[in-house]
Amino acid sequence: MNNPAPMPDAATPGGFLLVLAIILPVIGALLALALRGPYAERIALVVMPAGIAVAVIITGEVWRTRTVLQYFVGGWAPPLGIAFRADGLSVVMMLTSALLISGIGLFARAQFPSFPRREARAPLVFWTLLLAIWGALNAVFIGGDLFNLYVALELLTFAAVPLVSLDGRPETIAAALRYLLFALLGSILYLLGAVLLYGAYGTLDIIMLSGRIRAEPVAWAAISLMTAGLLAKAALYPFHLWLPPAHAGAPAPASAILSGLVVKAPFFLVVRLWFDVMPRMPERAAAQVLGILGAAAIILGSVVALRQARLKLLIAYSTVAQIGYLFLIFPLAIRPETGHPWSTTAWTGGMLQAISHAFAKAAMFMAAGLIAEALGHDRVVRLAGVGRALPITVFAFGLGGLSLIGLPPSGGFIAKAMLLTAAVSEGQWWWAVVVLAGGLLAGGYVFVVLARALADPIEPLRLATTVSVSRQAVVLTVALCAVLLGFVPLRPWELVEIGRPGLAIMGLR
Amino acid sequence: MSAATLYGLCSAALIGLGLFGLITHPQALRKILAFNLIGSGVFLLFGVAARRGAAAGFGGDPVPQALVITGLVVAFVSTAVAVSLLLRLFQETGRTTLSSDE
Repeated sequence: MNNPAPMPDAATPGGFLLVLAIILPVIGALLALALRGPYAERIALVVMPAGIAVAVIITGEVWRTRTVLQYFVGGWAPPLGIAFRADGLSVVMMLTSALLISGIGLFARAQFPSFPRREARAPLVFWTLLLAIWGALNAVFIGGDLFNLYVALELLTFAAVPLVSLDGRPETIAAALRYLLFALLGSILYLLGAVLLYGAYGTLDIIMLSGRIRAEPVAWAAISLMTAGLLAKAALYPFHLWLPPAHAGAPAPASAILSGLVVKAPFFLVVRLWFDVMPRMPERAAAQVLGILGAAAIILGSVVALRQARLKLLIAYSTVAQIGYLFLIFPLAIRPETGHPWSTTAWTGGMLQAISHAFAKAAMFMAAGLIAEALGHDRVVRLAGVGRALPITVFAFGLGGLSLIGLPPSGGFIAKAMLLTAAVSEGQWWWAVVVLAGGLLAGGYVFVVLARALADPIEPLRLATTVSVSRQAVVLTVALCAVLLGFVPLRPWELVEIGRPGLAIMGLR
Repeated sequence: MSAATLYGLCSAALIGLGLFGLITHPQALRKILAFNLIGSGVFLLFGVAARRGAAAGFGGDPVPQALVITGLVVAFVSTAVAVSLLLRLFQETGRTTLSSDE
């Protein structure tokens, strides 16, 4: 290849680790499916620490070498071959998924036991799909080829949709079907954009494409189609209609993974498209449109969340709102004049928001699941007394809420403060108003829940079942992760910028 | 008009019809069929890209053809999953539409 890219032209040592990151969960899922029954949970429990180890080693490798980890499948270099690349952004997302999936897995053990009293398909399906989702997420985070990313997205959809209808109630089947139809529309639009790009530039490799793409109608059409498709999958307003019934209807561990991680994958790809595939195509107007949709999602999602009678639906609508924050980075970080959008405050703030929301929202869904289990319902108005019955769980819910509102100390606080700073320093004050309003509204809906939960019940609370302390402890740990992100000094965030300046140099060539 | 342009227009028409059906029809089965129509249009476009990209005496660029095979498998699986969900919904409730009352 005569491409003068500052990227390594061959597979880097340690590149095989990337294959391991995908294949380990996939092997686990296949084994679980083959051995069935009691083994599914055990296999998942073996894969989890191994997967964390792989993610940590990859992160260490990228941090040590300060460059992108790269692997060519079968030794074939692009454009014919398929590349896996892990830059700073990928490893941060991989690490987050590994930790969160393991936490959710520990939480789910009591709900999906290996030896149920009666024969049940739900545990087998849950553990298999949990591993499948993990493999698909890793494939999305390290995919270097747009078509390969399409396949990874579809794998993710097929693993996520059945989780919604795990308990087989008719309304969850309808929710799963609606989710699937939205996702299919999204992926086919993405594929349409990909074929247009291939037809015009003859490659689907992200690095090669970023060198060839020019500001012309076919590129605009392709990128617009792909972005629209990904927005449908990421449930950004106005494509959010499928999300609340799907995420609220799923069992608590499934909701946690769907809301925390699965919707971040399409967002991640929008970031790839806008910052990596077309770093040289300045388009402020298009970025403003994404920002406006994000702002609408923040306001409307929060307002609707305030009016929900059921706790899980409230949390699901809050996901709609929190996804909106992620899309504020596009108008704030795209600065065509300087060409270094990734070093701006908004970029880092957006990434931190993605990660802290993942932990906070997973903790809140798991806490809501425990509350629903203990009370036998999840009506917000009848929560009185639960704060005394399940103090750890309600505390964890509150900590998650802290991050959503953006109160210090929490990851959400740093993220939202960075978005605010970026909005003010960029002279785009209207986004600052949206961020502040969203924080106030989030404060409203978290307060509504906590005030009810901490109130004295009129008659003594009768719990339907008791909830073990170990499960509550897992929820609290996940919530604490979201809080601890607020204590991470900003220097390690250099990590997310590894692999970016190289692209910038190439873009300014 | 060259053959490639003709096929390109055909695929655009298929995608347009499919999009219209997917958005307007309340029946879930029709939505699934409309999705397949869009899929056919996209796969046809892959064929067009293969023909236009052909060089060095080849009849067609092999890469898009390889991509189409993968795409077909994915579309087939999607349809199977969607239809099985729809069947289950029909067995449970007797309805085949997605009412948005929830």
